[in-house]
Amino acid sequence: MLVSVYRYNPETDDAPSMQDIHIDIPGGKDIMVLDLLQLLKDKDPTLAYRRSCREGVCGSDGMNMNGTNGLACITPLSAVVENDKLVLRPLPGLPVIRDLVVDMTQFYKAYEKIKPYLINDTPPPAIERLQSPEERAELDGLYECILCACCSTACPSFWWNPDKFIGPSGLLQAYRFLADSRDTATRERLTELDDPFSVFRCHGIMNCVSVCPKGLNPTKAIGKIRNMLLQQAT
Amino acid sequence: MVTSITSFGRSGLYDWMIQRVSAVVLLVYTVFMIGYLLMNPGLDYEQWSALFENTAMRIFSLLTLLSFAAHIWIGMWSVSTDYIKPTGARFVFQSATGLLTFIYVVWGIQILWGV
Repeated sequence: MLVSVYRYNPETDDAPSMQDIHIDIPGGKDIMVLDLLQLLKDKDPTLAYRRSCREGVCGSDGMNMNGTNGLACITPLSAVVENDKLVLRPLPGLPVIRDLVVDMTQFYKAYEKIKPYLINDTPPPAIERLQSPEERAELDGLYECILCACCSTACPSFWWNPDKFIGPSGLLQAYRFLADSRDTATRERLTELDDPFSVFRCHGIMNCVSVCPKGLNPTKAIGKIRNMLLQQAT
Repeated sequence: MVTSITSFGRSGLYDWMIQRVSAVVLLVYTVFMIGYLLMNPGLDYEQWSALFENTAMRIFSLLTLLSFAAHIWIGMWSVSTDYIKPTGARFVFQSATGLLTFIYVVWGIQILWGV
């Protein structure tokens, strides 16, 4: 099959380019895209990409495969290859450090903005802050985010205003703490989000939902944040 | 919190609500006008001007005109902050949009009250 990989080394290249590599899959098996990358790296050791757990937990190998963001380690070739061709690009919208490795600073800054930790100034109990099973269930579909950035880098609003719009991943996390019964900073969190950019740049096109490798729904979480803002303000 | 002095209501929530409410007004007006034109196939000048002399129709039309202006500002402001990155160019675009919207409002009122 033909694999077209985005190559860019800022130290030696003037501009990024696509490298076409013909490769035979051993045994014709349906391997994961990450395994294919290892085969490519065996051929050309200068190819750079991130990877770690190789089972969709660490979120390191987010990339754009035939136009769709996803994790290379849990995406089988059969799910993305078309006409025996695969185009691999780095996650769109973020600065490229080298080849498929992007600079995630902007993404983490957005995450930092929403204060991704429990805020509770009441005296801590002797053992732990308890939640009822129902309160705990509120966090399902929110806490599973692995920060792979597939969603935020598939979002045009994040492309145009990465410094102002929090992005789907950050907003999913923001709602994870707004919905937590143990967090007491709900009002302050909502006040931080009530500007024309942070939440309201989401126009609900749901690219985030369609690419999330963990099957989460940031658009739904954003809708819930909007409802909380409405309830607080009306 | 991101501050912005050029957005319609300074608050994202406020802009969002105005955009939704004005969209509903525009929709209702559009449906009404299409319905009115369909139900009056042989519409003549007398009937058309009588419609717009009606106070209720004037209130409805002015409400729609103002909703239209607010809707334009919020929408075009969003588009300009997405796509026009140089501050000077964006400011010129937003000023031109504001001026044009203001002209439409004054012109629209003149037409409505000129009946």
